[in-house]
Amino acid sequence: MAPAAFLILGAILFSLGTLGVLLRKNALIIFMSIELMLNAVNLTFITFARMSGTLDGQVLAFFVIAVAAAEVVVGLAIIVAMFRRKQSASVDDARLFKW
Amino acid sequence: MVAAVPSIVRADWLVLLFPAAGSIILMIWGQRMKRAAGSIATLMMTASFVVSGITFFRIVGRPAESRSFVHTIYTFFHAGGFNVNVDYRIDPLSITMMLVVTGVGTLIHLYSIGYMRGDPREGRYFQYLNLFAFSMLLLVMANNFLIMFVGWELVGLCSYLLIGFWFDREEAASAAKKAFITNRVGDFSFVIGLFLIFVHFHTLDFGAVFSSAPTLITAGTATAIGLLLFGGAAGKSAQIPLYVWLPDAMMGPTPVSALIHAATMVTAGVYMVARTHVIYDLGHSAAVVVASIGAATMLMAGLIAIAQDDIKRVLAYSTISQLGYMFIGVGSGAYVAGMFHLLTHAFFKALLFLAAGSVLHALHDRGDITKMGGLWRKIPWTAFVFVLGWLAIIAFPGTSGFFSKDQVLEGAYGAGHTTIWIIGVIGAAITGFYMTRLLWLAFFGKSRDTEDLHPHESPVSMIFPMVLLGIAAIIGGFLINGNGESGRLAHFLEPSLAPHPAAVVAGEPTEIVSPDLVPHRSGGLSAGALSGIATAAGLGGSAVAFGLYATGAWDWERRRQNPGLAWRALRNKFFVDDVYQFLFTSVGMLAATALAFVVDAKVIDGAVNEVGTITTKVAAAGRRLQTGFVRTYALGILGGGVLLLAFFVARAVR
Repeated sequence: MAPAAFLILGAILFSLGTLGVLLRKNALIIFMSIELMLNAVNLTFITFARMSGTLDGQVLAFFVIAVAAAEVVVGLAIIVAMFRRKQSASVDDARLFKW
Repeated sequence: MVAAVPSIVRADWLVLLFPAAGSIILMIWGQRMKRAAGSIATLMMTASFVVSGITFFRIVGRPAESRSFVHTIYTFFHAGGFNVNVDYRIDPLSITMMLVVTGVGTLIHLYSIGYMRGDPREGRYFQYLNLFAFSMLLLVMANNFLIMFVGWELVGLCSYLLIGFWFDREEAASAAKKAFITNRVGDFSFVIGLFLIFVHFHTLDFGAVFSSAPTLITAGTATAIGLLLFGGAAGKSAQIPLYVWLPDAMMGPTPVSALIHAATMVTAGVYMVARTHVIYDLGHSAAVVVASIGAATMLMAGLIAIAQDDIKRVLAYSTISQLGYMFIGVGSGAYVAGMFHLLTHAFFKALLFLAAGSVLHALHDRGDITKMGGLWRKIPWTAFVFVLGWLAIIAFPGTSGFFSKDQVLEGAYGAGHTTIWIIGVIGAAITGFYMTRLLWLAFFGKSRDTEDLHPHESPVSMIFPMVLLGIAAIIGGFLINGNGESGRLAHFLEPSLAPHPAAVVAGEPTEIVSPDLVPHRSGGLSAGALSGIATAAGLGGSAVAFGLYATGAWDWERRRQNPGLAWRALRNKFFVDDVYQFLFTSVGMLAATALAFVVDAKVIDGAVNEVGTITTKVAAAGRRLQTGFVRTYALGILGGGVLLLAFFVARAVR
């Protein structure tokens, strides 16, 4: 298959993830959308690595996976703490920055 | 001209050190030692006088070229190429002033012991007195304009402290403020003069400035510097338009008036003009202004003195008038005559003030001469020394005032200032008039309203200094400089006051701007005729006053009930104080009010407040951006990311 197809797929997945982040209220769903965006990026990296025949993209993908794992730990902890406080996982309920 | 420092001069800064030490000692222990304070202060001044005297005798016999020394104590500071040393200059001019300050100062200290006995702040009084002497010595011994200015300001400070010594009296406190503020005006001009000197010479050192002046500056610049410096002198030495503080300065203790009027403070301006004479030789117009202002002040103050009733006030205006003579002298290029009159005036005016203090002492501080009369029977010694001072000030032939006033007027006439000479002669007549009026009303005639006060003669410690000053006032003039231009003082001061050698050696003779600019009249009246006319005027004035006040031919007491216009103008000092009051106090108050309540409240506060208001408004609008919705922020981040991406893509494509 042509690499372009992978790139297009990556772009579609990234856009879906972005829309999910922007449109959904539930923190868990937003979190999943972020994971989707990260993995779309991973896919794109891998594709570029394949196209250029170097390992750089693959190394970066590994980094992204490692960072994403760490981020999940912190992010889920925050969501749990927020839920305990507000009895809700909706991001619209966390509005301490509002004027 | 200025030789290396020989060992004999090194000890001379003790002259400065003694009064400074006295002041510091009294500052710390003065209040506790009570009576001893006066003795310590007097001792310090005596020591200072002795050192000055030794220095004088060491240099007086030396040839003219080697009579000046500069001794550097340490470097005050240097900034870039600008170096200021703390150093002092021993030369005939400064040693003359040192002798006056310490000599007359010592006598006044001695007199003060008796006068201030029992005052609760005796220690502080003598502390200030020593500090005053120190400041004046610093001023006259300075070898650069900056140190001179330090002394100049310290003198102003001390006058403030001493005039307002009895600060619990309303008039004393405001007189002190008046003296201080008036002097600030003059000092401002002086400072600008210093700036101008620095701009042109890049140094403030006397030697360097005076030796390079003929080559470095034009006559115009010299005139500007001279006028600005004279502005300072007008403040310190009480000349038009800044003389108003001196008559009020009598609110301080009387010995302080004697000190201010004779030894320290008011002589500073005359000394400064003599010291910077090179500048005035070059800027001839400035010298003419100095002489003219001197003449105007002399006449005006003399006239005012005629109509004053307070013994000290008459003497204060008399001082202003005599200072006018000194400025006529130094402004006419007759520097020796000006300095000579400064010396003799120091003797007789200190004497007259101390005698006035003795009168006030006897009359419990009641100084109205129209209520005295016949005092010579009660206080014969005071009356006797007052007569000596009177003889000197009306220039009775043979007394010190006779010689010095003659030489001043001769100088003015010789310089071609005929008008100033005429004014000077009129002034001599006026001096004779008001001094005779003062003398007669206070000491002679029948006694008026003093019986209940039981006047008593002052203690010996007060009489003794007055007698010494009386002797100096009578014979001092003849001994010091009886022969005019060939006299002892003229000969002694020659190295300091002669046209600077640089003006003669440097450059082409035709380009030299030298004192020859001052035209020396060859024809005209002879010295004897000049002297005769001036003396006749002085004695004539006295005779008129004697005729009016002493013979009883004219009922002055009844006449004063219903005074004429002229008398009222004189009595109110030509309304100068009222004009100043209006101009600077009322108008100033108005301006200050306008500034405070319009400019400050509306413009300045308005601007500051407006900045705050605008910030608040912008913030009120801007905070709406903070919705608190996470997704709004996420959208912002996305938008920013897209923009960045678009930017890089666009750049890559191009």
